[in-house]
Amino acid sequence: MYIAASRTSDLAAGTDRKPALKRVSANVVALGMVSLVTDVSSEMVTAVLPLYLVLGLGLNPLQFGLLDGLYAGATAVVRVLGGHLADRWRRLKAVAGFGYGLSAVCKLGLVAAGSSVAAIGVVLAADRTGKGLRTGPRDALISLSSEPGTLGRSFGVHRALDTVGAFLGPLVAMAVLALSLGSYPSVFFTSFCIAAIAVLLLALFVKDHPGGVDRAAVSARAAFGLLKQSDFRRVTLWAALLGLVTVGDSFVYLLLQRKGEIAATYFPLLPLGTAGVYLVLAVPLGRLADRIGRWPVFLGGHVALCLALVLVCGPAYAALPVVVLGLHGVFYAATDGVLMAATGPLVPPDLRATGLAVVQTGQAVARMLSSVLFGLAWTLWDLRPAVLVAAVCLAAVALAAAFAKPVRP
Amino acid sequence: MKKLVLALTGTALLVAAAVTYTVSARHNTAEAGPAAQLTLDAGQLLFRDTKTGHVASVPVGETQSKPQVSGLKCDRFAVAKQTAVCLAVKPGTLPAVTDVLVLDDHLAVRHTETLPGTPSRARVSPDGKRVYWTLFVTGDSYAETGFSTRAGVYEVDTGRLVKTIEELPVFVGGERYFAADANYWGITFAPDGNRFYATLGSKGKTYLVEGDYARYRGKTLRENVECPSLSPDATRIAFKKKVSEGVWRLSVLDLKTMKETELAETRSVDDQALWQDDHTVLYGLDNTVWAVPADGSGAPAKLAEDAASPAVTG
Repeated sequence: MYIAASRTSDLAAGTDRKPALKRVSANVVALGMVSLVTDVSSEMVTAVLPLYLVLGLGLNPLQFGLLDGLYAGATAVVRVLGGHLADRWRRLKAVAGFGYGLSAVCKLGLVAAGSSVAAIGVVLAADRTGKGLRTGPRDALISLSSEPGTLGRSFGVHRALDTVGAFLGPLVAMAVLALSLGSYPSVFFTSFCIAAIAVLLLALFVKDHPGGVDRAAVSARAAFGLLKQSDFRRVTLWAALLGLVTVGDSFVYLLLQRKGEIAATYFPLLPLGTAGVYLVLAVPLGRLADRIGRWPVFLGGHVALCLALVLVCGPAYAALPVVVLGLHGVFYAATDGVLMAATGPLVPPDLRATGLAVVQTGQAVARMLSSVLFGLAWTLWDLRPAVLVAAVCLAAVALAAAFAKPVRP
Repeated sequence: MKKLVLALTGTALLVAAAVTYTVSARHNTAEAGPAAQLTLDAGQLLFRDTKTGHVASVPVGETQSKPQVSGLKCDRFAVAKQTAVCLAVKPGTLPAVTDVLVLDDHLAVRHTETLPGTPSRARVSPDGKRVYWTLFVTGDSYAETGFSTRAGVYEVDTGRLVKTIEELPVFVGGERYFAADANYWGITFAPDGNRFYATLGSKGKTYLVEGDYARYRGKTLRENVECPSLSPDATRIAFKKKVSEGVWRLSVLDLKTMKETELAETRSVDDQALWQDDHTVLYGLDNTVWAVPADGSGAPAKLAEDAASPAVTG
């Protein structure tokens, strides 16, 4: 599905005749496939976990919410650690592989944990740790395996493949539940097998970053020194500032549902709409970023989100969910991989994993904070004022970021 | 080439392992021994056998005896008079969909409603004429939990279905209350089949609502009362009182004096209590069914292990 889409977009652009997959390095495609398979594995667990905990184990939803939220913060810190260790040991593939492997083993841990809520908590924490550890080194590998001029395209291809996995995960989980007559351990075990396939693919087909690193030691000081470099510091700051005024996904979906017309049954399907648009646009927008500059595309993504927020506060009409989800998908396609493409060239190769992890962490922490603030504003002022204030803040920060231009194209 | 062969072999082996595990799980679920034919004759404690998910029965006098296990698989179960209700999640539905099965006195299905959500509570009115339930619906509410509840009623005689009672006009201190985030859970009906109670949750607070089913009106009586359960003599309500986040104390409220009594169970109970008679309250905790005196005296007693969702016929 993805390959066909990217091919037609290439032909339509008319500039190069080769399919996108061939224009990016084999290593990026291999990493994309690893992410695809891993996402199938992790999304199938994500899809059934609330059901399992609440229905299977009798946890009340509030406890589940606490359990779930607790580990989101931990990931952020571990991410920088993973990036730093990978740079320090110059073993990007090994650290990423450890992260993938740890998450895979955790799926077996879910089977073993049985009905012990404490054990499940530990397993979930370890799973998130694995995810945190692998992200920095993986994105560094993508960025180091690509020509600086086509980074946007490379990250686009990777994120598109990743999203295909996110689509398939819940479907596989449904199939396993139907086949096993509702056995949750079967879902976890299957998820483990699929994650193990991803680790196998990584071990066999992903090459560690070739070429010697030019400096001897990558110390913790050098990593902190990154933030002294003004270009890098400015990107990190602006990405975090924008993160702070970004309204979280769940709120966007909820806004749509409040608008009416969407039955509760279909509510969990809304993220698929965003993912679908993301999937289709990740490569074209990545290529656009390569051509016209990554920062303008990154900011354009935020403008799309701002528009979505304004529209959702306006009058309701039949096509509103389609338009809003479309804009939300554009937001993702124009920001997620594009930010990595923008940051990559600012960081010396021997600190690439650390640098990318720092930017991601800043953004993630800011978004978490924004969710708390938005939730608070919602409770205090009610929905519409909260959304409109958020949209105004987002527009203001995006405008300021456009003038600041922390990244020269 | 060698790598490709390795990758394909490894993938094939792992896929085979996953399929084998899944298929054997199916057989384990399917073979549960010969199923007993249960009825709703008086003097039984029925419950959900937590090992198999099937409805099982023991005599009320000998609750530690070996249970008879039926072929009926439920996530929540309740009975009254000649009516029983079974809530069961449909396997392989994401988002989850629940079958509400209305059963006769031989546990044969009289009626099925299929509704979105996962089972939370189920009850039958004392006259056996109404069946009501609470389902968790994913993603209806925002922020931390991502869950909200829908409480509904099915009239056995007329076949009328109220999917959710959240449109019930409700008065707080004489003022009509409006809130987009109103959630209801834990319905309980009086023996007259008209007066009912439920919990209304809104803006971080919970209220005990007393409703008039025929006039379809409700008013709040009190705060911090969840999952009410009306005693057989209709004078008291057993409920869970929130002490802190995620911790509830099982208590009884006297409707005449509005006096609350904490029961002898000191652990947190997240269940809708069940009155075995006017003096004893049953509840599920840690896959065990417990009994405790309703006046705050005594101590909790273990009734049945590997059991949840207790129901007593009488």
